[in-house]
Amino acid sequence: MSFAWAKQYEPKSAFTQWLDEKLPFPRLVYNAIGAGYPVPRNLNYMWNFGVLAGFCLMIQIVTGVVLAMHYAANAQVAFGTVEHIMRNVNYGWMMRYAHANGASFFFIVIYMHIFRGLFYSSYKAPREMIWLLGVVIFLLMMATAFMGYVLPWGQMSFWGAQVITGLFSAIPLVGEPLQVWLLGGFAPDNAALNRFFSLHFLMPFVIAGVVILHIWALHIPGSSNPTGVEVKQESDTVPFHPYYTSKDGFGLGVFLILFTAMVFFLPNALGHPDNYIEANPLSTPAHIVPEWYFWPFYAILRAFTGDLSIPFTGIVLIPAKLLGVIGMFGSILLWFILPWLDKSPVRSGHYRPLFRKFFWFGLIPTMIALFICGGAPAEEPYVIISQIATAYYFLHFLVVLPIIGQIEVPKPLPFSITEGVLGKDKAAEAPRKGTVDSGDAGNLPDGSLQPAE
Amino acid sequence: MSIRLGGIIAGLAITLVVVFWSLAPGAYNFAFGPPAEKQPSYAFYEHGEGPANGFSFDGAFGKWDYAQLQRGYQVYKEVCSGCHSLKFVAFRNLQELGYSEAEIDAEAASWTVPGIDPATGETTTRSGSPTDYFPMPFPNAIAAAAANNNAIPPDLSLMTKARHDGSNYVYSLLTGYGEADPELAAKVGFETPDGLYFNKHFPNVNIAMAPPLVVDDQVTYADGTSATVPQMSTDVAAFLTWTAEPSLVQRKQTGWFVIGFLLFATVLAFLSYKQIWAGLKQKKG
Repeated sequence: MSFAWAKQYEPKSAFTQWLDEKLPFPRLVYNAIGAGYPVPRNLNYMWNFGVLAGFCLMIQIVTGVVLAMHYAANAQVAFGTVEHIMRNVNYGWMMRYAHANGASFFFIVIYMHIFRGLFYSSYKAPREMIWLLGVVIFLLMMATAFMGYVLPWGQMSFWGAQVITGLFSAIPLVGEPLQVWLLGGFAPDNAALNRFFSLHFLMPFVIAGVVILHIWALHIPGSSNPTGVEVKQESDTVPFHPYYTSKDGFGLGVFLILFTAMVFFLPNALGHPDNYIEANPLSTPAHIVPEWYFWPFYAILRAFTGDLSIPFTGIVLIPAKLLGVIGMFGSILLWFILPWLDKSPVRSGHYRPLFRKFFWFGLIPTMIALFICGGAPAEEPYVIISQIATAYYFLHFLVVLPIIGQIEVPKPLPFSITEGVLGKDKAAEAPRKGTVDSGDAGNLPDGSLQPAE
Repeated sequence: MSIRLGGIIAGLAITLVVVFWSLAPGAYNFAFGPPAEKQPSYAFYEHGEGPANGFSFDGAFGKWDYAQLQRGYQVYKEVCSGCHSLKFVAFRNLQELGYSEAEIDAEAASWTVPGIDPATGETTTRSGSPTDYFPMPFPNAIAAAAANNNAIPPDLSLMTKARHDGSNYVYSLLTGYGEADPELAAKVGFETPDGLYFNKHFPNVNIAMAPPLVVDDQVTYADGTSATVPQMSTDVAAFLTWTAEPSLVQRKQTGWFVIGFLLFATVLAFLSYKQIWAGLKQKKG
C-alpha cells in the first residue's frame, strides 16, 4: 500500500528495467525504505529505534555465525572453545564481546521501542497487527537470549538453565516430565546444551521472518507519529529516503558510539563474573541472577511468595511457584490484548493528561522498581517492593488503562500533522466548516479525530 | 459507557492474589516478624581494594607493564603453580610478555608436562615445548582435593574475570590474611575453624588456602625489584589479569580507533541530516 502521492519507482537503466520486469526487488526496497514510502514529517528520535533494532539483529546474526564457526556445543569442551575464541581466533574477542554486548544493546533498543509504542499508543487501530507481531518478536528474542546465555557453559549458564527450565516443572501434572523432555535429561547437560545451540542458531532467522511480517504490517497503515493524528494529505509526509535515512543514519552513529564504547572498554560490565567459572553441577552460586534484561520479569516471578489456598483448610489451589510462573508469562502475554484494553480514541500521550500521569508516575517507576528488585537477592525490602510493583503492573494494564480511556478528557488535537508542525494548515479551513461539529468526527475509522466534546 | 469488565475483573483478581497471599503476609512479616537474615556470602561480596597506586592497565588508556607481568609470571611459577593450574594458557603465549623465542623455548623446557613414550606408548613425562599448555599440578580433582584439606585449588586462567573487580580482588585477597577480626567473624556467624585461614577479603572471611605470600623476598626477582608482599601480590594480580584477558590493551587501543572513526562518521551523518531537512519548514509560526 501506499498513499496516493507516494513516488513511483522508475527503473533508469536497461538492466534495472529488465530486472524490474523479472523480479522487482529494487522496487520492493524502494517502496519499503526508499523514496516510495511516505512517512509523517514529525517523527522524533523515538521513531529511530525500529531501524536500530533491525540493525542489532543483523549485528547478532553476523557475529553469531562467525562465533559458531569456532564454537563446539559439547558440555566437555564448550567452555574451552569459548576461551579458544577469546585467545586464539583472530579478533575472536571482538566478535564475542560484540555478540554478548550486542544482545544487551538489542534489548535496550527494543525496550525503547516498546516504551515508544506504549506512550504513543502505537498499538491502537489500525496498527494492532504490528504490535501483536512485535510482542511475538519480543518473546522469541527472550527465548533466543536465554538459550544463547547457556552456550558458554559457565556457572550462570548452567544454573540459569536449571532455574528457567525449572519454571516448567511448576505446571501441574505434566510439569516434571515436561522439564525432563525439554532438557533431554534430569539436569542440564550435553543434550540440553546441544539443542539450545541448535535452536539458538535457528531462532534469529525466525525472528528475521517475523520482522519482515512486522514491517509488512507497518506499511499497510504507514508509520504512526507523535501527534497520533493520521496522515491526511501530502504535506503531512516526507519520503523515507532521504529524510529518514539521513536522520536514522545519525541515530545509528550515536548508537554505534555507545555500543562500541561498551564493547571495547567495559565488555564484561553487563555480564556476571560467575560465568567465567566453568559449569559445575555440584557447586551452586551464592546468588543466581538472570541477565539484566530479564530482571523486571524475574522480579514478578519471585513476587508471588504465598500459595493460593483456601484459608484455614490448608488446601492449596495454586502453589506459589505456579502463581509466579503465571504472573511472569502473564505480564508479557498481557500485551497481546493491550489494543483492546486501552480504548481511548486518542493515541498520543501528549494529548492525554490523565494517561500521562499514570504513565510517568505509575508504570515507569513500577518498571524501574521491578528492574532493581529482579537483580537484587530475594531479601527484604526487595521482596515487598517487587510485590507492590507487581500488583500495580497488572492494575495499570487491566484496570487503570480501560478506566482512564473512558473518563479522561483529552486535550484538543491538531487538525493534521502539518498543523501540528507548522501551527497552521490551509487544508484545515475548508473541510472543517461543514463537518467539524457534526459529532461524527469522534468515530472516524482512522481514529484521527478531535475528541468528542 | 462500555468499560471492558472482563479485563478489569482479571486485573483485580491477579492483584488480589498478589496482595492477599503474598504481599499481606510479607508486609506483616516485614513489620512485625524477625529481622531478615542476611546471606553472609552476599554481604561480603568480594570487596577488593587493590594496590595503592592502581594497575598500569587501569583506565581507558591503560597499558601492560611488561616487567611487572614477567615478575608476576615468576611469582606464579615459583609459588602459585604448586597448587593452581593455568590450563588456558600455553607457553607460546608468554611471547606477549616480551620474551624472545629462545627465552620461550628455554622457559617451556623448564616445565615438565605429561607425554607419551614414543617407544612403548606408555604415559610418561617430558620437558615442555612452546605449544604445550601449562601443566596441571594434580593428576585429577580428587587428588587436588585430597592434598588441600578437601578444597580444590581453582584454575587461575580466568580468575580476575571470574570475580567482581577481579584484579583488585586478587591483590586484596593475597594481602588480606591476618589475625581474625572478631567483628567480621561475628557478622559471618562463626569463628575460623581449624584448617581454614582468616582473610578479611574472602566472601565469608574463612579461606582454605594457606597464606601463599608470607615473607618479603620469598621470590628473588630477576630484575632486582624488592619483593615485598604487596609488590609480589600486585605483580601476580597483573599477571593473572593478562592470563584472563590477553587482548585487554589491544582491545582498548582498537576501541579508540573505532570510536574516533565513528565520531567522524556521525558528525558527517548529522550534517547531512541537517542539510537534507533544511528545505523543510518544521517550525511553528
